[in-house]
Amino acid sequence: MNPRLAQKIAHAVMLTATLLVVLPVLVILVIIVAKGASAISWDFLFSMPRDGMTAGGIFPAILGTLYLVLGAILFAVPLGVLAAVYLVEYSSDNWFSRLVKLSIVNLAGVPSVVYGLFGLGIFVTFFRFGASILSGSLTLGIMILPVIITSAREALESVPRHFRVVSLSLGASRWQTIRHSVLPHALPGILTGMILGLGRAAGETAPILFTVAAFYLPRLPHSVFDQTMALPYHLYVISTQVPGIAENVRYGTALVLLSLVLLLNLAAILVRSRFRGKKKW
Amino acid sequence: MGKTSIETRSLNLFYGDFQALTDINLTIPANEVTALIGPSGCGKSTLLRVFNRMNDLIAGVRVSGRVLFGGKDIYASDADLLRLREKVGMVFQRPNPFPLSVRENIVFGLAVHGLAPRQEYDRIVEESLRSVLLWDDLKDKLHHSALKLSLEQQQRLCIARVLPLKPSVLLMDEPCSALDPIATLHIEELMQKLKKEYTIVIVTHNMQQAARASDHTGFMYLGKLIEFGATARIFTKPGQELTENYISGRFG
Repeated sequence: MNPRLAQKIAHAVMLTATLLVVLPVLVILVIIVAKGASAISWDFLFSMPRDGMTAGGIFPAILGTLYLVLGAILFAVPLGVLAAVYLVEYSSDNWFSRLVKLSIVNLAGVPSVVYGLFGLGIFVTFFRFGASILSGSLTLGIMILPVIITSAREALESVPRHFRVVSLSLGASRWQTIRHSVLPHALPGILTGMILGLGRAAGETAPILFTVAAFYLPRLPHSVFDQTMALPYHLYVISTQVPGIAENVRYGTALVLLSLVLLLNLAAILVRSRFRGKKKW
Repeated sequence: MGKTSIETRSLNLFYGDFQALTDINLTIPANEVTALIGPSGCGKSTLLRVFNRMNDLIAGVRVSGRVLFGGKDIYASDADLLRLREKVGMVFQRPNPFPLSVRENIVFGLAVHGLAPRQEYDRIVEESLRSVLLWDDLKDKLHHSALKLSLEQQQRLCIARVLPLKPSVLLMDEPCSALDPIATLHIEELMQKLKKEYTIVIVTHNMQQAARASDHTGFMYLGKLIEFGATARIFTKPGQELTENYISGRFG
């Protein structure tokens, strides 16, 4: 075949493939915004549901999701970052560290419904936390651990070796070296992972299904041992379980959830690009 | 020869099964510049890293014999490794300031060790920069990134970074190999100034540098210290044929 023609066809095929990838995202966005935007109001965002959730707002679901995400982060970030520091800075390359790394990779591949069942078995039943914010946060926390650990490891590994060597040569201990000349330079990368984890935790339904999410609660949760409503589950409920809910309420809820997750991802991208801009070594 | 700074006795060092240093007996005089020369792989950098135990970072290193610093064996089981590295500072081959400001680079050691109250920092920063003749150039750029400096300034800054810890020895591992000839001369002049207060041990590939800048020279070959003595004598009347062959450029 004529190479110029072949080139044109190849270009066209690849461009089409790329457009096909972007298309669903655009379509989803357009449909959700078109059908949901009319529901968004101050009242919708900040008031309780009324009349069997057919009217009023989705405030308890928004608040519940924020609680759950916050709890997951509080649990997963310290644990994940400390584990990553151990793996990168302390452990040598032996069977144990390889096993840990392998488990982390596998953990990332576990379907989210399995985390839900795991949380039900461990936190709800075994530790008797019941269906509660605590159980849900811990379950979500475990689910996002691989994201946190992996991004923290990458961030730590990208800090040049000579930072550590120089610091040690100045008489700093290993921990002082990590504290003063490794962690500060890895922080933006760790933060990026944290925000990505946040976004993931905010959007998942299956892990909270059995561990915390309430169908409907007339009041806001008072403690970590209370159940709460949450955006993803609430969306599922009003879309499939409760008849007679206006279309724009359902799409409006989806729009709120989507915006929340997109905002978090956008924040991650901003942090990362700032980091890239400042990184000079 | 005046006071002794560091002394090794029957020092052997192994990387796993490979013996990198064999029976090194060496006395490094205080407040003078001692150069270690020899072909690549002769063990001169390894020997330098014995003096602040930076070799400890490499897995599988074993050391036998004694290394005395201030009369104490730095490889004794009760030796204080962190204190040793405060007292024996190191300057590396490539200028490697932290990606922080000039000032933050200098106070890094102070901050880590909590050696001085913060009110003292300004004075110490000025003193350290004056010691390496950078104060006039950098006094208005203390908050600029150290990575924006020229390579020579960066290397001077790396020397200045060690000084707040009040070391008595400065180890320099080919400190000029990334610098141009003019900058190299400037660093050598600086070494002459610094030796009044510090003992300097420098590893160098550059024989002219050893001849110009050092008071004593040790020639190493295949992990052994072949010859050690006053630089003027080593370069004019070497006692060993190997030394003579090396400094006259017959191998290396």
